[in-house]
Amino acid sequence: MLILLNRIILIIFISIVSFSVYSEEMNTDYVKTKWSFKGIFGTFDRASLQRGYQVYQEVCSGCHSVQYLSYRNLSEKGGPEFSIEEAKAIAAQFEVEDGPNSDGEMFMRPGRLSDQFIKPYPNVEASKAANGGAHPPDMSVLTKARASGADYIYSLLLGYEEAPSGFELDEGVYYNKYMSGNKIKMLAPLSDGIVEYSDGTQSTTAQMAKDVTTFLVWVAEPHLEFQHRMGFKAIIYLIILLTLVYMSKQKVWARFGSKNIEEEETFDKVERAVTEYEGEDPKTFK
Amino acid sequence: MSDGKYIPKSKLAQWFDSRLPLLTLSHHLREYPTPKNLNYWWTFGGILTFFLIAQIVTGIILAMHYVAHVDHAFESVEHIMRDVNYGWLIRYAHANGASMFFLAVYIHIFRGLFYGSYKSPREMIWITGLIIYLLMMATAFMGYVLPWGQMSFWGATVITNLFSAIPLFGENVTEWLWGGFSVDNPTLIRFYSLHYLFPFLIFGLVVLHIWALHVPGNNNPVGIDVKKNSEETMPFHPYMVMKDFLSLFAFLIIFLWFVFFAPNFLGHPDNYIEANPLVTPSHIVPEWYLLPFYAILRAIPSKLGGVIFMFASIFILIALPWLDTSKVRSSVFRPIYRKFFWVLVVTVILLGYLGAKPPEGIYLILARIATAYYFIHFLVLLPLLGRYEKTDPLPMSISDPVLNQPSLIDKFKKSAAQYEGDNVDSFK
Repeated sequence: MLILLNRIILIIFISIVSFSVYSEEMNTDYVKTKWSFKGIFGTFDRASLQRGYQVYQEVCSGCHSVQYLSYRNLSEKGGPEFSIEEAKAIAAQFEVEDGPNSDGEMFMRPGRLSDQFIKPYPNVEASKAANGGAHPPDMSVLTKARASGADYIYSLLLGYEEAPSGFELDEGVYYNKYMSGNKIKMLAPLSDGIVEYSDGTQSTTAQMAKDVTTFLVWVAEPHLEFQHRMGFKAIIYLIILLTLVYMSKQKVWARFGSKNIEEEETFDKVERAVTEYEGEDPKTFK
Repeated sequence: MSDGKYIPKSKLAQWFDSRLPLLTLSHHLREYPTPKNLNYWWTFGGILTFFLIAQIVTGIILAMHYVAHVDHAFESVEHIMRDVNYGWLIRYAHANGASMFFLAVYIHIFRGLFYGSYKSPREMIWITGLIIYLLMMATAFMGYVLPWGQMSFWGATVITNLFSAIPLFGENVTEWLWGGFSVDNPTLIRFYSLHYLFPFLIFGLVVLHIWALHVPGNNNPVGIDVKKNSEETMPFHPYMVMKDFLSLFAFLIIFLWFVFFAPNFLGHPDNYIEANPLVTPSHIVPEWYLLPFYAILRAIPSKLGGVIFMFASIFILIALPWLDTSKVRSSVFRPIYRKFFWVLVVTVILLGYLGAKPPEGIYLILARIATAYYFIHFLVLLPLLGRYEKTDPLPMSISDPVLNQPSLIDKFKKSAAQYEGDNVDSFK
């Protein structure tokens, strides 16, 4: 009983410790919104991903690369699921460097599905030079590279405010509620109506922030939907297997308990010995 | 369950077995007598074997796609995650498999501590186990460097720098480990090479570990010797195998939950930022399973002292069979040790928690107290307890341990008193 109590206390202790360690960075009160991809059955909102791609392309891609994403990914299952033709057309909008050709020259050609997304800057130094010394990070895995990824990025996009009085800001630095140190070199990227959605959705700042964040979560984890579906099946399968193994185990162990005739013999022997010792009917001894 | 010599049935098998006794080995493994009272804490050895093999298999597949070069490592990991068929599954299984491996090994070690499995005649099982544990930590540390994220790079920098604390030639050792003047491409390549090698060393040691186990046989929750080949034991197969499988599948559910639904929960977000020698993360923290040692390292004010205490905290365990002088193995019969055992568990978890916190203020004070207690437990409390602790009476065999539970003894005495109608204490 005492040991059981100890164990319960221990489990509670471990849970509290691990929770507090891991939630430490999640304490910030981020702007709350409902994400369709969260949870065991989470899936992406297709329309939101397509709109998010549009926001990325029209607003973010000027400074931020997504270098590990390929154009073909746009038409793959579990993503924005553009048709192959649409994805091809998207890729063809961009000029990709290829080569060398038979003359030994590098040349530019329209993008293909197999190409990775083109980068706005050839290297980190160029991006710094163009952005006042700050390097706009690659966004391929950005939502995984920040604690509470989606909530953080969504909040950051909505976190631009007037700096409180007395808060010193240098030239080209902006106040953001959710940036660590509250100073960010990125100018507020979104404002109402900056993007015109073709599906008639109102392009409010919050809507665009949500769409582009959803897009970035998919960019970081393109297999997320498949992962959730497979995980659910795998765990159901294991639970069934576990039940079967439990039943087999019970059966096998029962065999050990009953097959042993010697055990009964031993019991009889002990009973006899007790009788001899006590000198009376063992049945009355309780 | 027979101790007699095994002779295969067919002539061919006899011919083979007399030249290469694999059939005898297999027979031994099947019939290996195990105490029938083993509880589920004894199933973690099987779980660990499964995870070792799972890590080797997933690791070999990852190695087919990974590129050990500072310019391509991070990219190749993303290639695995995106383009390799089921690459995300293999990588997540490998990364979370490491965590589950450590979770299981900690349960396995603390089970040994609770039931006194390190005591005579099982010292060699304990020591081979500790060497496996050391190699596991080295392997896991080097594996964490391979994705070449920020924590990979800075973790490697912090840990390799520890060796520079060695007086006189410390700096040289560190540079020798690096293969240069900082953590760089040569470091990454050698870590990759060793990360591939060590699991096979671990595998070999696991064979020794099991071999050493099969000489005296399993300890058991009661901690007294069982009569081999009596009704106190049962053959390993199918009885323990079924139990091991049951436990393994339950454990796998936790594992798969992490793999599919929280694959990055146990990792650090900074490791999804490519390594940058010019930018230091605000907090450099190792993986969760190394945090207690990290806390000890930082609790000591001097660098050399920290390194010594950190290594001592592991090596002290090798001396454990001789530090704990109590003849009674299982804590079930050691009322005082049992309490200290749980205090030690809490201390180690507390150290883990403090390892994740910055070493300042209350965290530093607590870390120092916990570190001191950790060493006091092994160096002072255990030898004293061995001498002064009054242990509960041991049962005659594992079949009647229940009689030694105080409540049951009281009940028995009471009913005996009613029956006998005389002084209970004279009744033994």
